[in-house]
This record gives sequence, structure tokens and C-alpha cells, in this order.
Amino acid sequence: MKTWEFIVRRLLLLIPVIIGVTIITFTVSHVIPADPARAFAGGPKAQPDVIERITKELHLDQPLWIQYFYYLNDIVHLNLGKSYLESRPVVDSLAQYFPATLELTIFSMLIAIPLGIVGGIVSAIRRNKLSDHITRIIAIVGYSLPIFWLALMLQYAFAYQFPILPLEGRLAIGMNAPSSITGLYVVDSIITGNLDTLASTLYHLILPAFTLGFATLALILRMTRSSMLEVMGMDYIRTGRAKGLSERTVIYKHALRNALIPTVTVTGLSFGGLLGGAVLTETIFNWPGMGRFAARAVLGFDFSAVMGFTILVAIIYVVANLIVDILYAVIDPRVKLGGG
Amino acid sequence: MDKIRPHVKIVDDFLKKHESKIKDLRFMAHLFRKSLLSMIGLILILTLVIVALFAPFLASQHPSYVRVSTEQGTTVTEERWDIDFSQKLLPPSAEHLFGTDDFGRDIFSMVIYGSQTSFRICIIVVAISTLIGIILGGIAGYFGGIIDEVLMRITDVFLAVPYLILAMAIAAALGRSIDHIMEAMIIVWWPTYARLMRGQVLAVREQQFVEAARSVGASNSRILFRHIFPNSFAPLLVEITLDLGAVLLVAAGLSFIGLGASPGTAEWGLMISSGRIHMFHAWWYVTFPGLAILLVVLGFNLLGDGLRDVTDPKLRR
Repeated sequence: MKTWEFIVRRLLLLIPVIIGVTIITFTVSHVIPADPARAFAGGPKAQPDVIERITKELHLDQPLWIQYFYYLNDIVHLNLGKSYLESRPVVDSLAQYFPATLELTIFSMLIAIPLGIVGGIVSAIRRNKLSDHITRIIAIVGYSLPIFWLALMLQYAFAYQFPILPLEGRLAIGMNAPSSITGLYVVDSIITGNLDTLASTLYHLILPAFTLGFATLALILRMTRSSMLEVMGMDYIRTGRAKGLSERTVIYKHALRNALIPTVTVTGLSFGGLLGGAVLTETIFNWPGMGRFAARAVLGFDFSAVMGFTILVAIIYVVANLIVDILYAVIDPRVKLGGG
Repeated sequence: MDKIRPHVKIVDDFLKKHESKIKDLRFMAHLFRKSLLSMIGLILILTLVIVALFAPFLASQHPSYVRVSTEQGTTVTEERWDIDFSQKLLPPSAEHLFGTDDFGRDIFSMVIYGSQTSFRICIIVVAISTLIGIILGGIAGYFGGIIDEVLMRITDVFLAVPYLILAMAIAAALGRSIDHIMEAMIIVWWPTYARLMRGQVLAVREQQFVEAARSVGASNSRILFRHIFPNSFAPLLVEITLDLGAVLLVAAGLSFIGLGASPGTAEWGLMISSGRIHMFHAWWYVTFPGLAILLVVLGFNLLGDGLRDVTDPKLRR
């Protein structure tokens, strides 16, 4: 199978999954609540006239399968309803908050991936030495930590006890956001040449990005270590050493390339965890992203907003997994031969 | 002798019949004991189980339980703790080991009672989702064909949405309570077990001993329950142990957002959430419940890793 054939096949497989995801979100929003109209109208405090209007708007008086087609139609037309808390379409809110979440996620990956891989290699090469034990402890604590608690502890340590980092937010108070081109402050401030803003953005990113990325770091560390150890026991590594290659060449050229294949998968899968973790991390660091928006929506009975966020995240996650699958096929030719 | 004490004979017969299995278990136990980290995990979990069981004897304050009616007209039992504002936000001391919260409640006692809530959530969620997963995954793997195809596509879709976010949406749809968090998490979690079980069944189904059972005329249910399920047990046990920790993390996260118990309940995620605004003048309020979560999850993870190492034949010999 050629690479493009593989990609087309995967893209086609995406369609039933996305339809399935909409069935789940439809069930969650229209079937599970005891009274969907009331839920969409703002929960316990809902006004009767609003409930009536929403029932009409969402066709909640029709049979379920008809409701589902109206629902699909709305999604296709990017109509996710109106946010009750922000009095504007949910799509507008999500569009505004998305770049902040994207920036945070990218930076947490930028912390987690290199540190995880390097740590994993060091741990594997120095197996059972002190540095191995330390990295293994970091790994196992890393994925046992409640992320929201880690966030609070880091705030306490680095923003209060030793105030070297900002407590919350995306920029220093009183500083204006760079003119919005991509919505990513780091990119925007580089484009506009605003170095002060760039510095402040990066400074504000450290704690939340580290918090969000820590569990992923632990996962990558663990995966890289174990697959490194497995690969180092292979015949071709012994052959490499036997024919007099330097240890460096053996490790970095022969072992690492093969050991990184499972790491790529794990990184892709951890993306879902990052999106979930963003809800908690953004809430604590007051980071103006989709996650904080969703958490506030949950508390404020803003049902359309919660459901809109869920659909968007599900679609992002499905697409991210598709990209990982393709990447995987590119670095490991055996995947394509297996018939996908 | 045998006539007087028939149970001795039964025990002997049992030991003889299962000699190889017992030997195997002994060997696993030996390997497990040799691993320091696994033993730490086991000790952590055992300690916490004891804490949960003996909470009434260990805690200095105790909750009372009152029945209240909800907006939907049903009655639920709510947990209440005595409030004493003269004791509020006291730092850790001999009297209050972990200090007190903003309502003067003893945090040590609440953390101890919180372990009951946490274990209850973990066990119920994992037990029910495992049961659903074993049944559906077993059926899918054993019968194959269209049933398998449909069930696996359904699990694909569930696994295509991040755990925490799907559970959050479902819990939001159901309304706030610990029970709803558990229901939401079961809905989110069963597909993992269904897939695992299906894979196991597919692997075991082709083994010779299953062929042999079929050739002597064993029924489908006998093959499933007597031959396939027992042989799929080890990987399932590892997954279950690791998931107990993961379930606690997600449940605590949902509680932290505000989807769980009503304020004032001894639930770790909720306690951290209420302690957050007091963090800079009462560090103990958020610190101890968080440490409790960390220790339980760490215990399950160490235990799960240890079990995997001793049950995986590839790693073992």
C-alpha cells in the first residue's frame, strides 16, 4: 500500500467515527438529561418562557431521530447554540478561546517530549544506577499526581513562597495583548516585534505548561525507557557493537530510531489527556482558554457551552489521532504493509 | 481418619488437582516480594484500606448523615460535618493533625472519611465497567462476525473522546452528585475493558485446549466461562489495578470542577477545591487531601506495575 492510499483510507474511516461521536454527544445532551429543554435553558434557574422557546428552537417536541437530524444540521452549519453565560454563540466563544488552549498545549508538549525522551534514554543507558532510579520515581509520581493539586502546589511554591513566577493569567496585568493575527501570543508578539510582550507571555507560560505537560512527560519517559531497553537487547545492536561502531552511533543511530516508534504513539494518545487536563490547568492558572470556559460553563449550567466544547474537543482528538497514525506509517513502514 | 475429617480430604484433593497452578502462584508471589516498589504499592494500598475500614476509630470528628429531598423530588442522604467558626483555619497541631478548614472542621478526620468515598468510587466504577466490558468483549471476541464489528465500532467512538471531557459532559447532563460522577465514569470506562477482553478471547480462542474442549462437545458457555475467562484473568487484573488509580484521578478532577458532592462533604477533590481560595494563608487545607490522592493513586500504580511484571510470561523467565 502506498502512503497516500493509506492516508485516504484513514480519512474515509474518520467519517463513521465522527458520526458516532455526534451520536454520543447528541445522546448526552438530548437523551440523558431528565429535562433537556430545561438543561439548555440554564438548569434550575430556567425561566418558563425560555424553556418554551428552546423547545421550539431545538425541536425537542419532535421524535428523537428527527431531533438528531436537526442537531447534525446545526453542527454542519457550525451552530452550537447560544452560550447562556456569555450571551453570544458558543462557536464565537470557542473561536476566541481556542488559540490560548492551543498555545498552552503546544508548550506543554515542547516541555514534555524532549525532557521525556532524554530522560528515558539516560535512564535506559544507566540502568539501575542512581539517575535511573530518580527518573523512574519522577515517572511514576508524574502519572499518579492529581494535576489540579500539582498546579496549586507549584503556585504556592513559585508564585508565593519564592515569588519568581507569575501566579496566573497569560500576560502581566496592564499589558495589552499583541494585535491578534493567529491568537497565539508568542507568535503574534514575534510578528509584531513586541519583545516585552513576548517575554511576559513566555514567563506566564512556564508554570501552566509544565503542570499540563508533567503527566505526559512521565508517560514518555517511561515508554522511551522501556522501549530503549527492549531495543538494546536486539541482535542488530549486538552486531553494531561487534563490528566496532562507537557506543554513540549504536545508541543514537541504531537503537533510538527504533525505540522512538512506541513513543510517537504514546505522545499521540496523551493528547486527549492534555485536552482534559487543560480544563483543570486553565481553571487554576486563570488561563483564558476553552478549558476554563468549559469549567465555568459546567458550574454556571451553561449546557450549550459544555456540549459545544465536548464536540469540538472530540473532533480535535479524532483528527490528532489520525495525524499520529499517518506519522506512524511514515516512520515505521511495517504499519502500511500490515494493511492498516 | 478421612471419614472423621472429610474436609481434609477435600483440601488435599484440591491441592493435588491444582498443584501446578499453586506452584505458579507461589513463584509469582516470590517475584513480587523481591520487588521493592511493588511491595511499597501493596503496603500503601493495605494501609489505606485499613484506614478506610477503621475510619470511625481513627478520626476525632465524625459526620452525621441526614436525608434531604432534592429539586427533582427524590430524597438523598447527605453528609454533614459540625461547624465551629471559633476553630476555623487552625494550623496543624497535636489536636488537629492536618489543621482545620474554613468552617472549623478537622481536616485529618475528613481526609480519613474521604478515603471511604474514594474507595467506593474506584471500586464501583471499575467493577461495573469491568463486568460490562467482560461480557460485551467476551461475546464480541468469541462469536466474531457482525456482533464483533458493531461492538468494536461502538468502542472506537467512545475511545475517540477524551475520558475526562466525556465524563464531564455526561455528569453535567445528569446533574451534580457523586453517584452521577460514577455513572458518567462507567459509561466512559467500559469500552477499555471490552477491547481488552476481546483481544484476550481472540488470543485464547485459537489455543489447543479450547479446540480440545470443543471437540469433546463442550457448550459455548462452558468454553467461555471455564476455559476462556480464567485464562484472560491476568492481563485484566493488571489493567484493573492501574485503572483504580486513574479512576480516582478523574473522579477527583470532576469533583474539583464542582460536579461532585455538595460542599462540606469529606471528598478529597472537593476539599482541594474549597481550600483553594485559602491556599496562601492555610496551606494545609489543600495539601493533605492532595497528598492522600497521590498516595492512593501511587499505590495502585506501583501495585499494577508489579502485578504486570510477575504475570507477564515474556518478562518473567
